[in-house]
Amino acid sequence: MGYPHPSHAKEQPVLSKYFGDAGARTVEGWVKRGGYEGLKQALGLTRDQVIEVVKASGLRGRGGAGFPTGLKWSFMPKEVTKPHYLVCNADESEPGTFKDREIIRWTPQQLIEGCAIAAHAIGAERIYIYIRGEFTAEYKILTAAVEDGYKNGALGGNVFGSGRRIDVVLHRGAGAYICGEETAMMNSIEGKRGNPRIKPPFPAQAGLWASPTTINNVETLAAVPHILVRGAEWYKGLCLSNPKSTGTKLFSVCGHVQRPGNYEVVMGTPMRDLIFDMCGGMRPGRALKAVIPGGSSVPIMTVAEVEDCAMDYEGIVAKGSMLGSGGMIVMDDSTDIVYQVMRLARFYAHESCAQCTQCREGTAWTTKILERILAGAGKAEDLALLLDLADNMTGKTICVLSDSCAAPVVSAIKKFRGEFDAYLNRMKRPVMVAV
Amino acid sequence: MSGNPGAGPAHAAVQHEESYQPVFVGPVKARLEALFPLYPTRQSCLLPALWMVQEERGWISPRAIGEVAQVLGLTPAFVKGVVTFYTMYHTHPVGRHFIQVCTTSPCNICGAEDVVKAFLQHTGCGELGATSKDGRFTVIEVECLGACGFATPVLIDDDFIEGVTPERVPGILQGYK
Repeated sequence: MGYPHPSHAKEQPVLSKYFGDAGARTVEGWVKRGGYEGLKQALGLTRDQVIEVVKASGLRGRGGAGFPTGLKWSFMPKEVTKPHYLVCNADESEPGTFKDREIIRWTPQQLIEGCAIAAHAIGAERIYIYIRGEFTAEYKILTAAVEDGYKNGALGGNVFGSGRRIDVVLHRGAGAYICGEETAMMNSIEGKRGNPRIKPPFPAQAGLWASPTTINNVETLAAVPHILVRGAEWYKGLCLSNPKSTGTKLFSVCGHVQRPGNYEVVMGTPMRDLIFDMCGGMRPGRALKAVIPGGSSVPIMTVAEVEDCAMDYEGIVAKGSMLGSGGMIVMDDSTDIVYQVMRLARFYAHESCAQCTQCREGTAWTTKILERILAGAGKAEDLALLLDLADNMTGKTICVLSDSCAAPVVSAIKKFRGEFDAYLNRMKRPVMVAV
Repeated sequence: MSGNPGAGPAHAAVQHEESYQPVFVGPVKARLEALFPLYPTRQSCLLPALWMVQEERGWISPRAIGEVAQVLGLTPAFVKGVVTFYTMYHTHPVGRHFIQVCTTSPCNICGAEDVVKAFLQHTGCGELGATSKDGRFTVIEVECLGACGFATPVLIDDDFIEGVTPERVPGILQGYK
């Protein structure tokens, strides 16, 4: 539900049903609300049976990439010759995204249950939950929830009397966006700088400490218990437009809407409904200008593109952007697109791990050129230069951080060129001071 | 997270280094050793060990880097490389209360830069990264805190405060002496 707002009739709260209900944080409270049934059922199934259910549900990764979850799990070796690990990605840092934080804050047992089911499915005994360092309150809540899980038999050497061992270790990050990238996260857990690794080898072959590893996002794992309890067919049926995108999705809506928050809707819900109905539309006297729909790493959308956009993986691609993490940044007509694109470029320049030249130099130069334009010192060739830089930053590096910097820049120049030209032609007053 | 640490804390830094006392003794050592069985390598305890140093000392000094390296069987150069990669570790002393204001785009379009100005003004810090003369505050801009629907979020020490506006700043600061 659109916490902190009451649930809207167009929402379908599954994962978010107990947001705002602190009583759901303990094992006892979670069981009272129907929790841990999914884990108990999974423990009665073989690894392959659990994977088949999740495959059949159509669940895809909610962290941004949208990779089919069951398929990812099936890449883990059948024979356990080395320890297998599950890593839960709770490093939510993508600008515009704040859904995992609510899942952890209100329903930590839902997450632990999903983690335990996934661990069972991939043959892992140990789960590392990597939570970003800034989530101080959520770290405390999750620490208490894990302790409670051990006390009440949901974790430890004999999970719910099954004889199965499942352990959870919380690993706290220390301020690095890039650690949300799965191979950087593994390096960070190993006590290293969070530099992404070259793939292959893929984590399922050689991940944490060169052992087979699966990394899943918080929201993906939180959906799993519901699929076990209510069935793959039920989950597959949660779909309004296209059978490749199933289930519910939490959209974090922020920026210039009347009621920002997390809204859980069925895949395929019209974007218009979310922005203008559930979120209450724009502030009085303001009109919609642009939307970045999937966290800051995806292309910006115009009003025309928002108009008839179905919110699922394919629907948003059809409108020139991506679903990403579902972090939706809504901007009204008071927004200076050039300035905000500069802020995003500055974000990526700050967060680049600096391994790859294209990213280290590209994000920094993109920021400097945008600052120059905003300072009224832009040159006629600057937009061509930005596009050329962006081309060199796309598809040429170890991870996609530099692509993520290029996407908003290229799409903004393409779709809001007039705003750049206004600074370049000295038709608009500079908003920054030339360095 | 760069910036001028300010005259007071810099002096404190010199004193700190001259009279360095190890962090990993007694209960702190026990807390670190309790983590060893949770990971197949000692090195994996590096981030938690650095957090413990910062909790105990407020920042991670060169001497502390040396101590952590020794305790975990790593080189000081490697540990320093890790410390400087992560923005939340302080490599110089900061004010008693460390204030991080999110100014990335989602908060930026909701007025986050005015919140920063209010903090700089009411803390007396003057500029980003600097510590107030009384040693009470350091203010920085931080990239996305992951609470974009509650603009503007501010992290003061371990307190995550949502929906901060310039008007709320003086009242919030009263809670941090």
